[in-house]
Amino acid sequence: MVDAAITTYQPDRAAVASQWQLIWWAFKRHKLAMISLWITVAMYIVALVPGFFAINDPVAQNARATFSPPQRIHLFDTSNGFSIGPYFHPMKLTRDPQTLAAIFVEDTTKKVPIQFFGRGYEYSVLGLFNSNVHLLASGDPSRPLFLFGADRLGRDVYSRVIQGAQISLSIGLVGVFISLMLGIVLGGISGYYGGRIDFFMQRVIDFVLSLPTIPIWLAMAAALPQGWPATMQYMMITIILSLTGWAQLARVVRGRFLSLRTEEFVAAARLDGVSEGRIIFRHMLPSFSSHIIASVTLAVPAMILAETSLSFLGLGLQPPTISWGVLLREAQNIRSIATAPWLFMPGAAVVVAVMALNLLGDGLRDAADPYNK
Amino acid sequence: MSDVLSMPARKPLLEVRNLVTEFPLRTGVFRAVNDLSFSIEAGKTLCVVGESGSGKSVTARSILQIVDAPGQIASGSIMLNTADGVSIDLAKLHPRSKAIRAVRGRDIAMIFQEPMSSLSPVHTVGDQITEAIRLHMKMSKDEARAEAINLLRQVEIPNPELAIDRYAFQYSGGMRQRAMIAMALACRPKLLIADEPTTALDVTTQAEILDLIARLQKQSGMAVLFITHDMGVVAQIADDVLVMHHGVAKEYGTVEQIFHSPQDPYTKMLIGSVLKLEQKAEIRLARPPLDQTAPPILEVRNLSQQFGTVKALDNVSISLLPGETLGIVGESGSGKTTMGRAIMRLYDPTAGEMLYRKVDGSVVDLAKIEGEELKKARRELRMVFQDPFGSLNPRMTVAQVIGEPLLVNGIARGKELDDRVSHLMEQVGLDPRGRERYPHAFSGGQRQRIGIARAITLNPRIIVADEATSALDVSVRFQVLDLLMKLQDQLGLAYIFISHDIGVIRYMCDRVGVMYRGKIVEVGEAEKVCNAPDHPYTQALLSAIPRPDPRDRDRSRRFRYIEPAAVKNGSAGR
Amino acid sequence: MLKFIGKRLLWMIPSLFAVSFLAFVLIQLPPGDYVTTYIATLAASNEVVDQNTAAQLRERFGLDDPMLVQYGKWMWGILSRGDFGISFEWQQPVSGLIWERMALTLVLAIASLLATWAIALPIGVYSAVKKYSIGDYAFTAFSFFGLSVPSFLLALVLMYVAAVEFGADVGGLFSQEYETAPWSIAKMVDLMTHIWLPVTILAVSSTASLIRVMRANMLDELPKPYVTTARAKGLSEFRLLTKYPMRIALNPFISTIAWLLPNLISGSVVVAIVLNLPTAAPLLLQALMAQDMYLAGAFVLLICALTLIGSLISDILLAMVDPRIRLE
Repeated sequence: MVDAAITTYQPDRAAVASQWQLIWWAFKRHKLAMISLWITVAMYIVALVPGFFAINDPVAQNARATFSPPQRIHLFDTSNGFSIGPYFHPMKLTRDPQTLAAIFVEDTTKKVPIQFFGRGYEYSVLGLFNSNVHLLASGDPSRPLFLFGADRLGRDVYSRVIQGAQISLSIGLVGVFISLMLGIVLGGISGYYGGRIDFFMQRVIDFVLSLPTIPIWLAMAAALPQGWPATMQYMMITIILSLTGWAQLARVVRGRFLSLRTEEFVAAARLDGVSEGRIIFRHMLPSFSSHIIASVTLAVPAMILAETSLSFLGLGLQPPTISWGVLLREAQNIRSIATAPWLFMPGAAVVVAVMALNLLGDGLRDAADPYNK
Repeated sequence: MSDVLSMPARKPLLEVRNLVTEFPLRTGVFRAVNDLSFSIEAGKTLCVVGESGSGKSVTARSILQIVDAPGQIASGSIMLNTADGVSIDLAKLHPRSKAIRAVRGRDIAMIFQEPMSSLSPVHTVGDQITEAIRLHMKMSKDEARAEAINLLRQVEIPNPELAIDRYAFQYSGGMRQRAMIAMALACRPKLLIADEPTTALDVTTQAEILDLIARLQKQSGMAVLFITHDMGVVAQIADDVLVMHHGVAKEYGTVEQIFHSPQDPYTKMLIGSVLKLEQKAEIRLARPPLDQTAPPILEVRNLSQQFGTVKALDNVSISLLPGETLGIVGESGSGKTTMGRAIMRLYDPTAGEMLYRKVDGSVVDLAKIEGEELKKARRELRMVFQDPFGSLNPRMTVAQVIGEPLLVNGIARGKELDDRVSHLMEQVGLDPRGRERYPHAFSGGQRQRIGIARAITLNPRIIVADEATSALDVSVRFQVLDLLMKLQDQLGLAYIFISHDIGVIRYMCDRVGVMYRGKIVEVGEAEKVCNAPDHPYTQALLSAIPRPDPRDRDRSRRFRYIEPAAVKNGSAGR
Repeated sequence: MLKFIGKRLLWMIPSLFAVSFLAFVLIQLPPGDYVTTYIATLAASNEVVDQNTAAQLRERFGLDDPMLVQYGKWMWGILSRGDFGISFEWQQPVSGLIWERMALTLVLAIASLLATWAIALPIGVYSAVKKYSIGDYAFTAFSFFGLSVPSFLLALVLMYVAAVEFGADVGGLFSQEYETAPWSIAKMVDLMTHIWLPVTILAVSSTASLIRVMRANMLDELPKPYVTTARAKGLSEFRLLTKYPMRIALNPFISTIAWLLPNLISGSVVVAIVLNLPTAAPLLLQALMAQDMYLAGAFVLLICALTLIGSLISDILLAMVDPRIRLE
């Protein structure tokens, strides 16, 4: 009777799949989340080497291009015969005869080809070496391509958005990393030891969560000296953002620890003679790491939004540092956006980035527990 | 009774023909109920019996068209024939139509397995009962309230005038199910569908609820469709029986036929498994008698365990001989699980000693030792958990689960570990080729075998098995019980076997201790305690167990144990 | 129940003290003080302040005391006579500057909260009941979009649309003629015609997250056995839905006040600055920039206290509607 239970197993992919494989399979079914994953990966690649993806030097000013509108890219040349190869028409600056206001018109008589992997301004790759190869470059250095138009000082908005991705996207990651460290340590202590420590930590977490973040950030950011170097500013802003961001993550970590503590397999491991350290790292951590990753993914966009808001208000990063929030300061003036609505483009970048990260996090959260369906 | 089935003159109350209920899945269609036909006569009881996944619950829900989405009736008919000659085919009605809503609660009412979660947590019991009344009968609010109080009194809820304004969480488990019954009976239905209504209850409460349903059925002449997995319950209450397995009917007949001349092998297996529990296991009959004079391997003395103000264990003393199987039996809240966990030192006992005699004859007190010494003792005392799902880390392969104790105790690694794991898997009846699989790829019974393999990994001397088979279907239960006994013979183990099921204890154990509210009220030879106990509580417990024989239905011998000192009635379990 | 409220109220006291201390430390953080800033401002216009005057100013404002003494004096003033100190910049008591602005902040926050609930509740329920329908997808898309748009950007875009398409100026909370007018019915009406824009902007992002919350709550409740019980009674789907799962899903929903209010107030700060609303935020920003410490401190303290009270109210409400908490 007992031996009848010995069965030969059919080869079954799911039977030998680890949790990460199961999570990946569940995640793959989530189409929007998959698309978001690719968008996110693409964005972070751009943020890694923004110089390569930029077209013009993001800090170069050009008085003749002030508020120059975006140029259209033509993919096929049909003017004489047919040839493939993107090109654009350069802008011609004219003046309104009465008001003398600048008017930009496409000069359709001229064509400037767009080169792939062409040469342009020199930039540094991860601080390792310099390069001047760009994904896209104007065929004529004297006639720059403004994909998203130019700003008040004639700087290329497209290249600035690309350059801003580096700061804006990384500040989210670094900020969340600091929050996570705080959250795991404090939440872990709270959940693991329980009792009075837990009670006290809970009160602190509740307190921090009930505070409105922006006024506090404002007050903290106002304390930063204006003249600090960009890297110091960057570090301080990230730390300020993390000081309130950790509470949410600590709560998640604590909740997971508490529920895992009562799991029977943890009790079983203890009876097996497993040491406390091994219980935490071998049994508990793998059980909630997927949830933590999902929470972290959802915390990154919140950080990005926070940085953008602070810098927009003028209390975060300061020019000449380029971040999306700093760029959006340019759009603060209703008069300038009325003449140059393309100054909203950094905002579009924020929306796309935040949306992709939110959808990605949502998909991860749904897939995070493959055993509880 | 068999004449009922062969009486074509009067139409039966409910006639189900070729019912098919399907759940569309991503990979195709799952037929939960496949071509099922049966009928229920007015005033009679039909039991639908089967193991988990048999489709019995879906059948019950199909009748009222309340199958959980996305399931739906694919074909077949469900004819409801009322006394005034009107017949409706319920299967043809839209699940949201007015017509089916008029039938629900008025003609056919239903009660469920989990009385706690089946009642709304934020509405008073009275609110939910009067709602049912006013939905189908023209009554003012006050009349409906009076009627609800009346109903609560009928189902024997004490102080119905007060109880009506209480919430479900203020009731005890049995009271909740009574309230559910009161709600179901609000409109005097012609058919009551009861979906495992006593499975979540203790056996003494179960007996009371079964009595109540039978009494109300007699009074009102309603028919009952009773869904259960328990053949004992079937034998006690059924007129007719439908045995289901994997969505199809295996056998359908009167209770006499099913129990005394079953035809289908599956039915025979189900009945055989309950009858087995009426006596000692075959394996044990072949064993030589235990050496009663040997010094006990474990001696629990005056053990107490307090959680806050609750005394989970109150001055408990019991001993275990080498090679013995000691049963601990009790109802929920009796402290039996706490006892097992205290012995494993998952809790720190408040008072008392647990003296463990090592191989070399020296004695340690498990209640006092710490650190390395405790770790050493835990190699010789192992545990098998109740929940075959929760007790295995889903993120570790079977080989990792079973090999973990060997690895962390530095006993084996690498190739040797692999060989040991394979051998252990063979010992518990699992194919070692499955060792790279994760627990989710195994069935409940197989997982419990994995748990057993982990328990015997370190060559223990005592295994504490906490309700090790209660989550399993009957057909699997015996395989696991027999496996435990086979291992006992091979490895010379002593078991502390904790269970709420006296049948399992009788089958498995040499001696048994009966627990009631944290105390051991009776200890003795298993045969003696399970058949002719001395203590009135054990007697009451025994009287409440449904006998798996339809010819033996004597309800009068049942009684409830009332503690002599503090008399407390069961209402409002707060 | 009373015991619960009492306990909860007692907890408010240390929290409020913590908040006040936090506010004070925050405004003390910047290097230098108001006088330094003041001198710098004057220096910019070529005016020179001599050391004596500076010292006098410092002494008058008590800026030379140790921080704890300053904090103690400040707190004592607030507790004993509602005196939040003096605004250096405005040269008048802080309490005269803040209350109307705080009241408008509160009005804005509560209006946004109510709007958020009114929108999120039905949509969340609908999305859960019609899971994976076109409507559900549309609302899900909307909520992810709403979550991703920073509120100030939304404010800017709406202002841009209003300015360019309609030629209207939509900033502020009042028309010019009412800005300094005393309160009257007409001023109230005027407020109503202006407040919808900031309320909409704030509601969009908070609605987005709340729809997700309500949808998840409902999806948790819908498969519960008590829903089947109610269905088996013969209740119609609509009555069943509103009486049982919705009622129960509402409980965790109520507790969202605790975090929704801080979020709304945070969001309103940025939106108010962009739209130039006469709420606390623009003045707070100005005060922070100028190191007008008592003014900034009073705002930070009151705004934080407001959200603490919000979470207190949400806890009490929750206990009132949920018998499981009330009767424990």
